[in-house]
Amino acid sequence: MDVFGSFALVLAFVCAVYAFGGGIAAIVTRHPLLIKSARQAGIATCCLIFLATFSLEYLFFSDNFSIAYVVSHSNRDLSTFYKIAALWSGQEGSLLFWSFLLSIYVFSVLLTYRNKNGELMPYVGVVMAGVQIFFLTLNNFVASPFKALASPGADGVMNYVARTDGNGLTPLLQYPEMVIHPPNLYSGYTGFTIPFAFALGALLARYPGEKWIHLTRKWTMIAWMFQSMGILLGAHWAYAVLGWGGYWGWDPVENASFLPWLTGTAFLHSVMMQEKRGMMKVWNVWLVFITFLMCILGTFLTRSGVVSSVHAFARSSIGAWFVGFLSVIILVCLGAYLKNRDYLKSENQLDSIVSRESSFLFNNLILLVSCVAILSGTLFPVFSEWITGDRISVGAPFFNKVNIPIGLLLLFLTGVGPLLAWRKTSTDSLKRNFGWPLAIGLVAGVIALLFGFRQIYSWICLVLCVFVASTVGMEFYRGAKVIRARTGASLVASAVELTMRNTRRYGGYVVHVGMVFVFIGLAGAAFNRDLQKDMRQGDTLKIGPYTLVLQGFDTKPEKNYTAQRLLVEVLEDNKPTMMLYPEKRRFSTTEENGTMVAIHSTLQEDLYVVYAGTSPDTQLPVIHAYLNPLVKWIWFGGVVVVLGTLVALLPNRRAVLVLSGAQQPAAQPLARELAPSVSLRERHD
Amino acid sequence: MKKQSKFGVGIFVIVAALGFLAWLGYGESKTYYHTIAELETLKGSSLSQRMRIGGTVAPGSIHHLSGRVDFVLEGEGKTLPVSYIGTDPLPDTFIDKSQALVEGRPGPDGRFVAEVVQAKCASKYEAAPGGKSGAAPSPTERSQMQGVGGHRAPGISGG
Repeated sequence: MDVFGSFALVLAFVCAVYAFGGGIAAIVTRHPLLIKSARQAGIATCCLIFLATFSLEYLFFSDNFSIAYVVSHSNRDLSTFYKIAALWSGQEGSLLFWSFLLSIYVFSVLLTYRNKNGELMPYVGVVMAGVQIFFLTLNNFVASPFKALASPGADGVMNYVARTDGNGLTPLLQYPEMVIHPPNLYSGYTGFTIPFAFALGALLARYPGEKWIHLTRKWTMIAWMFQSMGILLGAHWAYAVLGWGGYWGWDPVENASFLPWLTGTAFLHSVMMQEKRGMMKVWNVWLVFITFLMCILGTFLTRSGVVSSVHAFARSSIGAWFVGFLSVIILVCLGAYLKNRDYLKSENQLDSIVSRESSFLFNNLILLVSCVAILSGTLFPVFSEWITGDRISVGAPFFNKVNIPIGLLLLFLTGVGPLLAWRKTSTDSLKRNFGWPLAIGLVAGVIALLFGFRQIYSWICLVLCVFVASTVGMEFYRGAKVIRARTGASLVASAVELTMRNTRRYGGYVVHVGMVFVFIGLAGAAFNRDLQKDMRQGDTLKIGPYTLVLQGFDTKPEKNYTAQRLLVEVLEDNKPTMMLYPEKRRFSTTEENGTMVAIHSTLQEDLYVVYAGTSPDTQLPVIHAYLNPLVKWIWFGGVVVVLGTLVALLPNRRAVLVLSGAQQPAAQPLARELAPSVSLRERHD
Repeated sequence: MKKQSKFGVGIFVIVAALGFLAWLGYGESKTYYHTIAELETLKGSSLSQRMRIGGTVAPGSIHHLSGRVDFVLEGEGKTLPVSYIGTDPLPDTFIDKSQALVEGRPGPDGRFVAEVVQAKCASKYEAAPGGKSGAAPSPTERSQMQGVGGHRAPGISGG
């Protein structure tokens, strides 16, 4: 199976090279057969990569310990679930996994548009094949996952050996999230290849109009959704496994996953300016280019360990390849831009500072500033060494100081932007749209102050969250009221109908509400508390409304590890509520330890209990308890963001006919307000 | 033109304010990377800087005391006694012979006072398969040691 897998990889490489070279030839000659064969080579590349990936997975499932990668990342006792995850737990496998996910996208794109957009697709195919060639080069020649276990003997001949068992999977990765977090994040990273390929292809082909933006909108949103999920799942993993009570540490790899998200978010917003007003064309093209660069950079940071990090499981010479690839991308993008920049002329100018355009402009500006700040902070050790010779790193205070105000500004714009009119907004409409939300937000703020809320950032965050939620609520209410007046359905049914008629707009609002929830959760961090105590059996520890009572210990042998558990009874307001079992795990094969945090999570707060080892003085187990308010809102908000994105991906329901028609404008002033925006937006979907 | 300058001012104010905050955060959190050997050659004000030092945890040197954990880091033939005084529990990967990064300041008595400790297992699961497995573990392993032990792996400092 290993021979089969590596052969499939070599063949995939050959096909990709053909798809690339043949594609260029097809563009030059415009020969229809050549175009077709290049496309089919692209499809073949993808299928071969699928085969290679499945054969590596087969090697894991058949416990083939003659393969180095299998030995390093699996053992016989590893459960099925984690044998799947073992695929991407090391360098070679995760690079193959990158190729695999990219192939899923490329495959779908090639099939979806096989008979459409004939002028553009050969260019797109060439760009996608170029990216695939790079990763296939790594898969084949630099970090092959199919290498057999062998050592050179005295005579220089390789001796192939098979071991009876493998070394097992790193305990840190043996956690359910670790099975779904990397696929999500990688799906995000790889997914941005598609808008990149379309943008670069359209620029190279001088493809007329904004069509590439409409074509890639769905792909960008899918990639963005996976990226969001990946980031949040990673945060949740850090929270639940690393046992330090936090979910985000501005670790280089966390930052690396956040960078394309920031530029991708900026792109999703600024394309609207191009669609509606023909502005920002250069900016959009570069945002896609930069987003893709950030994806490659993110993969590079994760895999190369250039900046030390808790994630940098692998350190290797692979860095040079990535630096080379990044340089090639930059050169190609720059060349294409310089050659065809007249094609990107803007059709309009900014009219007013209080307009939808300007809110998008500032949204983009601060997302970009955040991206630049995080990027420079992350790479600071590398740059400072180049410039001064001293390797200097910056820590959490740097990132927090810049990004907290940025987050709040963004939150503000989230509330304001969607309700500003294009071009220019009148004072009258400002009052009508923002009067109530602002009042509600401020009332919430005053109430919070009266309850002794004294953290300035958290307070601002709270006011803004209420403000944004009210603006969105009002939008739904107004639209739903119009539909109710026409159809007589209930308000909720009308709101659903409204959403289905313009999924993009109202799905976007749902995403915004999800972000509000995330922000509520983040604001809670200002009120985190923790306590640590050596616990005798029967001892108690009080934190907030909870009292923890240590009832005892037990040892639970499992297939792959032995768990030492503390049996902790939790009393809430002195009433017995539940048992928590914080664990220490000892993995037999690797002789490594793992921590399982016990979390009791409510919307109000998380009780987070860690078995923090044995006290040196008393030989008693130590319990470290954290009380983290509102954390659950972050995960909940993430779910809402994903749902909102899915709504926005749905096609619009065609029932708009009810709204349009002759009698529509006169009926209500609200209808008039709703209708133009509906028609304006729907044109493109 | 007036509108353009309004935007200009707005953008400038935002970027300048954030830049100022970044500068504050930088001053507060900048940390110098040093190797154990370099630490001995530092003098004067550079000794009071916050710094990050990497090395391998000397086997048997980890002692849990009340309020702190003492251990010895080894690297480039030198040793450095460290006291960890942070409140977060040490990572599970922090064991004998693991590669550790400590962040803090040198104390007056030659002990390094660490507020943060990161650790990574000595990847024996990567090295174990012997000579020529996977991504050539021996060079990987070597660069890991150099890399964590002061971030001066040849490939990085060179370019």
